[in-house]
Amino acid sequence: MGYIGKDLGRRKSVWESLHIDYPLLIALLILLGFGLMTLYSATDGNISMMRRQVAFIILSIIAMLFMAQVDIRILKRWSPWMYLGSIGLLVLVIFYGSVGGGAKRWLDFSLIPRFQPSEIMKIVLPLCVAAYFSKRAIPPRLKHIFWALVLIMLPTALIAIQPDLGTALLIAVSGMFVILLAGINWKLVFSFLGVAILSSPALWIFYMSDYQKQRVKTLFDPQSDPLGTGWNIIQSQTAIGSGGVYGKGWLNGVQSRLDFLPEGQTDFIVAVLAEEFGLLGMLFIMVLYLVIIGRGLFIAAMAQDTFSRLLAGSIILTFFVYVFVNIGMVSGILPVVGVPLPMVSLGGTSILTLMISFGILMSIHTHNKTLMP
Amino acid sequence: MTEKITLQDHQLERQIVLSRIIIGGVFVFLLLLALFARLFYLQVNQHDYYSTKSDSYRIHVQSVVPTRGLIYDRNGILLAENIPSFTLSIVREHAGDIDGVVEIVSSLITLTGEDVEKFRSRLKSRSVPFSSVPVRYNLSEEEIAKISVNQFRLPGVSVEAELVRHYPELENFAHSVGYLSSITTDELQKVDPVNYSGTHQIGKSGVEKFYEDILHGQVGYQTVEKNARGQIMDVLDRTDPIPGQDIVLHLDSNLQKAAVDALGDFRGAVVAIDPESGGIMAMVSKPAFDPNLFVQGISQKDYALLNDPVLTPLYNRSVGKYSPGSTVKPFISLAALNGGFRTPEYTVHDPGWYQLGNHKHYDWTWWSNETGHGTVDMQRAIYQSCNVYFWDLAMDMGIDEMHDFLFRFGFGRNVSLDLPQASTGTLPSREWKMATMGESWYPGETINSYVGQGYTEATPLQLATATMLMSNKGKWYRPAILKKIGTDSNTPLESKFLPDIEINNPDHWDFIAESMEMVVNRGYGEEYRTYGSAYPYIAAVEPMKYRMAGKSGTAQVIAIPDDYDRADEVPEKYREHAWFISFAPVDNPKIALAVFIEHGAAGSSVAGPVARRILDAYLLDEEGELKSEYRFPQISEEGDESNESIPAEGSLPAEGSLVRNASGETINALPANDRQLATFNE
Repeated sequence: MGYIGKDLGRRKSVWESLHIDYPLLIALLILLGFGLMTLYSATDGNISMMRRQVAFIILSIIAMLFMAQVDIRILKRWSPWMYLGSIGLLVLVIFYGSVGGGAKRWLDFSLIPRFQPSEIMKIVLPLCVAAYFSKRAIPPRLKHIFWALVLIMLPTALIAIQPDLGTALLIAVSGMFVILLAGINWKLVFSFLGVAILSSPALWIFYMSDYQKQRVKTLFDPQSDPLGTGWNIIQSQTAIGSGGVYGKGWLNGVQSRLDFLPEGQTDFIVAVLAEEFGLLGMLFIMVLYLVIIGRGLFIAAMAQDTFSRLLAGSIILTFFVYVFVNIGMVSGILPVVGVPLPMVSLGGTSILTLMISFGILMSIHTHNKTLMP
Repeated sequence: MTEKITLQDHQLERQIVLSRIIIGGVFVFLLLLALFARLFYLQVNQHDYYSTKSDSYRIHVQSVVPTRGLIYDRNGILLAENIPSFTLSIVREHAGDIDGVVEIVSSLITLTGEDVEKFRSRLKSRSVPFSSVPVRYNLSEEEIAKISVNQFRLPGVSVEAELVRHYPELENFAHSVGYLSSITTDELQKVDPVNYSGTHQIGKSGVEKFYEDILHGQVGYQTVEKNARGQIMDVLDRTDPIPGQDIVLHLDSNLQKAAVDALGDFRGAVVAIDPESGGIMAMVSKPAFDPNLFVQGISQKDYALLNDPVLTPLYNRSVGKYSPGSTVKPFISLAALNGGFRTPEYTVHDPGWYQLGNHKHYDWTWWSNETGHGTVDMQRAIYQSCNVYFWDLAMDMGIDEMHDFLFRFGFGRNVSLDLPQASTGTLPSREWKMATMGESWYPGETINSYVGQGYTEATPLQLATATMLMSNKGKWYRPAILKKIGTDSNTPLESKFLPDIEINNPDHWDFIAESMEMVVNRGYGEEYRTYGSAYPYIAAVEPMKYRMAGKSGTAQVIAIPDDYDRADEVPEKYREHAWFISFAPVDNPKIALAVFIEHGAAGSSVAGPVARRILDAYLLDEEGELKSEYRFPQISEEGDESNESIPAEGSLPAEGSLVRNASGETINALPANDRQLATFNE
């Protein structure tokens, strides 16, 4: 099949031979730089925090570049085993996980740094579901959708009982995106959504805890509990609104500096950004996100096989969901769930996971043009 | 596997996924647009609203409490100062779980149940949100360290340094200087709430209360930036407060202490007035209390002690009204001379009782040996405190004459500058009785009034004031504690406000003064009871270094029936109140004094020595000699004046009644009629 492999005579660029997608790389580097700038202000110039974040970013870039070198077909071949292995780790968490903040999320082996198996699952699940569909004809048949849902629900349930509902839902969403992209019948999608909406009161009554309910209530009326659950959202909206069009200037945001804004370095960092850089700053970062997402969708569209398309599409749409949910909750149109702003919030694990998935995107874009099955 | 792959239509699959990706892309774009719209709404449409809100969270206008003015005595000794104190406070809004925070605090430092209880009531009564509420005052260095180490566990908790009032003289000036304590809601309504916005305490009594406006000062402001935990991060703008003015009082610490010591364990009061200014140099009420207890909130236990029904340490006896007893006799005598009802020579026969209608009023001599003074003139009536003489006078002069004259001496009204709480006492008259009781006056009541009993009541302050007028021959100075405002100003306060007391014959001033001098100095003679009533207890104990005039008073607390066996020990609460009024030196009066001893039983023997000890402390130097500045002005230019120190014309020396003037020369203190008097026996 070498006739395709030679890429029809097009000259390979340096980037391609290094398996790097430079538009994506540049956009990501700008985003990370802007993120560091914002974080510097949000941490009030805390050098040790900044050093740690930069170290993680460098590590993440290396991990991304490494993943870009790995041929996508190897991942595809190993995806069932990776899936089983990750499930195994999630089960281990149930028995041996270490507790932090009232939830069992971490595995702590003495030899390697402690980690969250759910982070691994973020990468593995779309990989596995995409591999599952790539071996079957699409649009998928009902039977295959069912088994795909089983694949999705198993880790979702394991993570939900940790409990980490936010991550569980986002992992489920990444799997669902694969099914959606695989061409599931819209009637099925809408009936599924319909059932979900109809069952939501039951969810409210039987499943959701009081604090989760309070968060939803707070969304509609933050003033109902201004010093409790409403505090975050009132303070973040105040930060955003007071930023205006041009912002108060870098390092001049008062809401976070004076500790009015809780979690200003992590989940609510958008509020700091909006306060200091204003609407223009927000426009800038959203355009950056749009460029990255657009590039990801382009990579998905240009991919040469179904597996790559499904995987790339799912990765980039999931990335979008992170962005949307985070900015949506901070600006007060979605309930508060613990989702960091991708590539900006303090916390290395999230960046590492995301950068690995961007490495996969690059791998898809640079490998499958040279080699086709 | 191979079969399935061959069945796949790659082109179709590509189309399917591509269309879904495009749909996804459109969704992404639309949702990002929605987010942007939301941000546009917040940052453009609602910008002003949120800007204001942001500022209101962080920018606070704080009042800056002015430093309270200091209080000095006449010698520049501090009576009230401000010392730094550290207070633990909590801002409710920042504390979150208030009970949890209080619990942690109580695990770190000592918090009594009362502290917590008081904190809760303060928390409830506060009106300004985000204001800090004190939990405990007077933190030690160690406690401050413990709190700051655990600050991260204590949101909303802060240690605030502030100046608090301190009274270094402790109990000595409790009633005169008074004290500060927490402002109540009622008090806050009477002052300018803006000016008191940062002030926690207000003057509750004494000088602290009366001169509150002067001492407090004018509040300042600062605009500060606070973080979410309520800590001040930056001061943006500041208007300095105007500190309260320092004030200087007439009070004399040394004299005050001498008075406190002289009273010893007695309950009672001492008031000393400067006859040249009306300044109150000493104002003691015993038992007293430590005013520092009140400054930062008194504990219930301590407060219960201060409310003892017998000791009543909070009550200022120096301005409380009591029957003055015989201390009114010199003033009534002057009234009788001035009104022409009596001459100095007029005598009365005293068998030991006086009959009015069919009731016999017995004099004090009757109870000791069933006899009277015999023939008594005015001077003997004063130095022997003969009641029969005054009962007889009462019938001639009547109540209204006494009322009108004594009123000019400040009885029956409160003429003080800065003691509004002082009682007016009671100076009865026909009109007064009709107005207050709706009854007409009875002659028996006149009898009682003329010996300072019955309705007649006066305060130690009034008696000191009246004594001042007797010593300076009717020159009215308004009794005042305040000497001047500001330590560097030299202009004394205008204290003239009442017309001086003019009498028809100014020599009568000297006559009464002589009579009062005899109370102290007239020694034992051949005849029955011709010595001053206080002589055995004052001049006889130790020779006088200056000329002292005085008058005792022994006022009944309850009416003692005639058949009461006086040999019995009288229960303390029924014992008479003991009084002694005095001034000295007679030839150059520097101090007018009233000593009051509650249930002291006898004026001359109990209150008299106390008065002398106070005068000695004030007038004598370390060698026990009269201080040079209090000596009578020497000779020559003021020769006329010096004659005034020589007693009435024609007086003859009498044994045992010699007094010394300032320069040490012995002069004759006995008046002319003494010889006449000495010829009488019972």
